[in-house]
Amino acid sequence: MQAFFNKMKDSVTKTQVWKSMFRHGYEDTPRNRYLQVLDNVWLHLHPTRIPRHGAYIRFTWCMGGITFLLFLVTAVTGVLLMFYYRPTAEYAFNDMKYLEFDVPFGMFLRNMHRWAAHGMVIAVWLHMFRVFLTGSYKPPREFNWVVGVILLTVTLLLSFTGYLLPWDQLSIWAVTVGTNMARATPLLGHEGPFGPELGMRPDNDVRFVLLGGTQVGPPTLLRFYVLHCIFFPLFLAVFIAVHFWRVRKDGGISGPL
Amino acid sequence: MENLVLILSKADNIPIVMMLLLFGFFTWLWWREAQKNDALIGAGRYGELQAEGKDRIFTWPYLVRNEFLAAILLMVILTVWSIVLDAPLEAPANPAKTPNPSKAPWYFLGLQEMLVYFDPWIAGVIFPTLIIVGLMAIPYMDRNPKGNGYYTWEQRKFAISTFLFGFFVLWIILIFVGTFLRGPGWNFFMPWANWDPHKVVAMVNVDLHQYFGIRNSVVAFFFGGFVVSAYFATGVIYYYWKKNTEFVKKLGAARFGVMAFLFLSMMGLPIKMVLRWTLNIQYIWVTPWFNI
Repeated sequence: MQAFFNKMKDSVTKTQVWKSMFRHGYEDTPRNRYLQVLDNVWLHLHPTRIPRHGAYIRFTWCMGGITFLLFLVTAVTGVLLMFYYRPTAEYAFNDMKYLEFDVPFGMFLRNMHRWAAHGMVIAVWLHMFRVFLTGSYKPPREFNWVVGVILLTVTLLLSFTGYLLPWDQLSIWAVTVGTNMARATPLLGHEGPFGPELGMRPDNDVRFVLLGGTQVGPPTLLRFYVLHCIFFPLFLAVFIAVHFWRVRKDGGISGPL
Repeated sequence: MENLVLILSKADNIPIVMMLLLFGFFTWLWWREAQKNDALIGAGRYGELQAEGKDRIFTWPYLVRNEFLAAILLMVILTVWSIVLDAPLEAPANPAKTPNPSKAPWYFLGLQEMLVYFDPWIAGVIFPTLIIVGLMAIPYMDRNPKGNGYYTWEQRKFAISTFLFGFFVLWIILIFVGTFLRGPGWNFFMPWANWDPHKVVAMVNVDLHQYFGIRNSVVAFFFGGFVVSAYFATGVIYYYWKKNTEFVKKLGAARFGVMAFLFLSMMGLPIKMVLRWTLNIQYIWVTPWFNI
């Protein structure tokens, strides 16, 4: 029997096709442990060996990784939601109802997108909290902390632009409250300090640029949709790449010097 | 009380409740680890901590295994959460029907709560900008080489207490207040009170200069300007007073200036809050263009 299974295994793993995909075996040797990480496009973000405390959850809280995972969840569910959602005032709300009642697993998809987004906000705050408490922003990691603050800001902006898309009372008024702040921008808002003196009006100030109108309306929906689905995710992806790269280049996970 | 339970159990507010619990847990975890490390360092055994940090293990399987388990656990939680709780969907958007209260998304409610104490140009624009810039500036202002890469309290008391104060009191608690204790008209309601849209609130706030009997708006302008300048001048005074201390010397004038400005701006919020609660102060500085 054993011989039969070994033969079966060999008939798969000794083929040219298999060998072209998987470069090394699975024997538990130090060499293979290195190769598992080095040869894998996903795992090679990691160093092959790490300080012992780098694998302790009581040290890392795992929050950076959880933030990244939740970002991937929102990206995948977000793309699926885009198949069913049209960012126009006529259709947006109806498409939410369509997702809820007609699309198979539509409500589940939307729930997962929303809760992962909320979870990402919390996880990114906890990650910052952990990095602060371990003093990991100290030299040589100063710049990566700055990149992290950018990522935190973009996470909030992603969540905020997504908040408008259901186009219900909750979303339109939350975004109205949020974007009303822009009219008070110093110099650039029509109710901000020295704004009127510089010729700012409701129809030409920074809030007008943000909303594409003088109030939250159909142009705002389209604007926030494009920002939410294209601009901010790409922006975030670029800075995530920089963030991960710098973690490695600045010496990996921090530890007592 | 039913009202509070109702708000607490709103699907969109579950994350806030979770966040409060998580922050409580992780603060406790930090404190436990910090106590352990501080005891070790206090006993002159920092070397042991260092040695532990130098000890290397294989990423595969020791780290990848943990990551994999964490990912599975998280996906299970997220799946159950998405089955059990539905994302909210209210009536279709209607620009002609303003709900009372109108609230921003929960993670911005700290900022909305600041609007009670400061005008929108400060609470909605200047403070968020200063928070982001201030966070980015932290690594360049903190010159303390200790506490890099391990939990501690003893070695970084000023940095950690400032951060915890800003994060918990001025961000998390304000989010809590904005979400759970602010009702119609953004009036304050105790957790057990019903949200009465007709609640009568006396408008008793006065500007600081009125306390001093100043009626002339030009005099009030210079008075308010003097008070605000004097507040920020305490940073300059402190600099010359403590010039020869290790702390100030290590920072240098430029770093100290930035740090003092950010610190005083941050402390401006709790100071104004206390002034409002005790003396009903509306504005410190009234000008034709802006009020502080």
